[in-house]
Amino acid sequence: MEKIGLAGNYASGVKSDCLVHFESTKSGGIQIEINSKVKAMFGISMEKLANEILDYFGIENAILKIDDTGAVEFVLAARIEAAIKKVIPSNNEFLLEMLDENKTATKKDDFRFSRLYLPGNTPKLMLNAGIHKPNALILDLEDAVAPNKKDEARFVVRNALRGLDFHGAERMVRINQIPNGLDDLEFIVPHFVNLILIPKCESAKDIISVNQRIDKIKKREKLNHDIWLMPIIESAKGVMNAYEIVKAADNISSMAIGLEDYTADIGTLRTKSGTESLFARNMIVTASIAAGVQPIDSVFSDISDMKGLAENVKVSKNLGFSGMGCIHPRQIRVIHENFAPDNLEIEKAKGIVIAFNDAKKKGLGVVSMGSKMIDAPVVKRALNTITAAINTGKLQADWMDN
Amino acid sequence: MKKYDKLVKNAAGRMVPTIINGENHIPFQGVGKYNPTGRRYGPKIPTCNDFPDGNKEVSTLKEALINAGIKDGMTISSHHHFRNGDLIAKQVFDIAHDLGIKNLRWFPSASFPCQEELIKYLEDGTINRIEGSMNGPLGKFTSEGKMKGLSILRSHGGRYQAVQDGEVKIDIAIIAAPTADTFGNANGVNGDAACGLLGFALADSQYAEKVIVVTDNLVPFPCIPWQIQGNYVDFVVKVDKVGLPEKIISGTTQITKSPDRLLIAEITADFCEKTGLIYDGFSYQAGAGGTALSIGNYFGDILRKNNWKARFIRAGSNQYPVELLEEGLVEYILDGQTFDLEGVRSMRENPNHVNTSPFTSYNFHSKGNFAQLVDIVVLGATEIDVDFNANVVTHSDGYLLHGIGGWQNCLAAKTTIMPIPLFRDRIPVIRDRVTTLCAPGELIDVIVTERGIAINPLRKDLIQKARVSGIELKTIYQLKEEAEKICGVPEEVKLSDEIVSVIKWVDGTVIDSVKKVITE
Repeated sequence: MEKIGLAGNYASGVKSDCLVHFESTKSGGIQIEINSKVKAMFGISMEKLANEILDYFGIENAILKIDDTGAVEFVLAARIEAAIKKVIPSNNEFLLEMLDENKTATKKDDFRFSRLYLPGNTPKLMLNAGIHKPNALILDLEDAVAPNKKDEARFVVRNALRGLDFHGAERMVRINQIPNGLDDLEFIVPHFVNLILIPKCESAKDIISVNQRIDKIKKREKLNHDIWLMPIIESAKGVMNAYEIVKAADNISSMAIGLEDYTADIGTLRTKSGTESLFARNMIVTASIAAGVQPIDSVFSDISDMKGLAENVKVSKNLGFSGMGCIHPRQIRVIHENFAPDNLEIEKAKGIVIAFNDAKKKGLGVVSMGSKMIDAPVVKRALNTITAAINTGKLQADWMDN
Repeated sequence: MKKYDKLVKNAAGRMVPTIINGENHIPFQGVGKYNPTGRRYGPKIPTCNDFPDGNKEVSTLKEALINAGIKDGMTISSHHHFRNGDLIAKQVFDIAHDLGIKNLRWFPSASFPCQEELIKYLEDGTINRIEGSMNGPLGKFTSEGKMKGLSILRSHGGRYQAVQDGEVKIDIAIIAAPTADTFGNANGVNGDAACGLLGFALADSQYAEKVIVVTDNLVPFPCIPWQIQGNYVDFVVKVDKVGLPEKIISGTTQITKSPDRLLIAEITADFCEKTGLIYDGFSYQAGAGGTALSIGNYFGDILRKNNWKARFIRAGSNQYPVELLEEGLVEYILDGQTFDLEGVRSMRENPNHVNTSPFTSYNFHSKGNFAQLVDIVVLGATEIDVDFNANVVTHSDGYLLHGIGGWQNCLAAKTTIMPIPLFRDRIPVIRDRVTTLCAPGELIDVIVTERGIAINPLRKDLIQKARVSGIELKTIYQLKEEAEKICGVPEEVKLSDEIVSVIKWVDGTVIDSVKKVITE
């Protein structure tokens, strides 16, 4: 137990955040000190929120100091709660209202071309992330958070799942490596996370332990929405166990590869051509497809090289991947444009869908194009291509009427 | 003398003084409503008898100031072409202080953080007040009510107008010049301290009683080009260093790297393309600031793609518009000030990179100005209210933080677009009522944010065009609500009733007052 609880960030260059200093005292009532550049406009509401939280945790005597650079309410609340709990542990949680639009579920086969990583302890990057229209936003509790900030990041991520506008992006969280990551689940499962990324996954056991904890929480909280899993394979061992991992549960929607750690593990350097990881990537694609889930490629880390990224995406698509991670909003469009079906693919898919609709209309059980029979998975893939083409603006939604 | 007196409600509903520093001023009467009468102001008629050999060199700035008759209560002007690299204004007031002169009015075309040191002269009474712009520490000083006189903020065009109309009579104009001859001809394109042009000093040279040119590069007559004509000049002083050209470059002359701002820039360019605002032969104003610069770049892409040319760019120039000029995508840059050394080089070398002055571009009391001829102008703002009124000088907490610059004057363009983030560090940009009114909403056409576009309901034509091209529009109320959902609804900022500054409209009328900030 600590005497003084600190949570958050206040330093030059840090914006939309705050550092909260909490000190439990024996007498003197509640003393709140606010130093904020937005005090003239939000000082009263900041103090009100602070009092509400202190009251919620039954604290009658304390000194609370807030150094703020424009933290929005859900961030401020997360910081205050985290600081208090460093001194006075409690199982109670101070939860702000959940946005209605954050109560939506996603489907197993939703498009996951792009997913943007957001450091879980850096609120500034979260606020506008959704406007760049990635398919998913990942609130990252793992590598993007410093070890001594892991605890406080959980509160920010929990509050973001409830109060951040994701602008329609799928709500993902990357937890810490199992077993540490299991405790992260308490902060995300009850708050309508759509998909959980499990880093450095090496065996089916990791998946099973995550699902056991999820089920326990869901039962306790009486939740019944789907939560998808995306194991990330980042080691030689993980690659060799890829099929076992991806078959370990029905709620795995996709499997990703993490090449920075993988290349370190096999003792080589990551190159732009990627020959060193060709086997691993083939393995992830093959195992995923065999299990009926989406294979997802690693991030491209040079954020200034958009041409290189485009090339990388094309290779990735040809290898069979159906999406990749990104670490900067400017990468999203390049990823979408290059993963999107090209004109040839779209024309072919249109033909199949039209043939399928014709057959349905005529009551035929078998779909054929010319002399070729078309089976169900091909039709499904064509429909997926059409949806992708519409989603990426390459095809009008009403193409069939024109 | 009282700082101000007789507050009245002007046509915009703002309370403004009619007597400021003992002089009468006219309250804002509405856009296009005030018509001036009378004749332009003229300084005393000079004679060649006083300049028999045309050599006006004196050995020191102090001597020049003494010969110019510096005394208590005078108005001293300076220009800001060196931006944050100005060295001369401070020396002038050091000398005035040494001479024991008091109550000067400093009339710069803009002030910069490098002039922070002048605060001591505002405190000890050497300077009574600033009429120009007040940023950073000077803004804080002014906002906290510490200035002895009442400050006045004017646009670049409004400054020319005030001088021309005789509203501000300059006693001594100080013109720091990168190159000059002993007759007083001067320019900004040559010399070690080249800053591009000297257009902001034009009015000062024409209308001041005494004009002092200060240079570190004295050349034999003729100094060509003579952007400032020696026929207006009384004294020429040579100093070791006239300015720091490397400090012309301010932080806002690079294209933004912020993904959010780039997105706003893209949306803006896309809007202009789809609504037909961009066409072969169009013109636009490319301001400084990361977002405006990247919009200029996207405009370049659109021109290139269509094989079009822009007829002219109204600038603040730096490397980016210069690249477009040199690529042939733009025929002329009509430049009011150079923001980097690429701009300076281009102006020196390229006859199509033209130096302009607030007279040609912005002066409202003239027979038209070319700001009216610009198709698209892109401007920033600190606040915009639900009636599209905008504020560019104060922060939402009431502190003065920007000058007006050419901002008010540019509103005369055919379409004014404000690309703006919906909030900045929890501070929503769209308010019920702007803290300080700098622009009447009827002149602002489009607000582009990262979360949607709102068009002024007065621009029915533009709304129609946007609809036809499938652009999704929001109302300004929707945008405001969206920001408040994220940031919370801001509390009303309590400001003192005391006035510390007034804002002039382009026609010289008073559009608003700036209230003193309450410090704890």
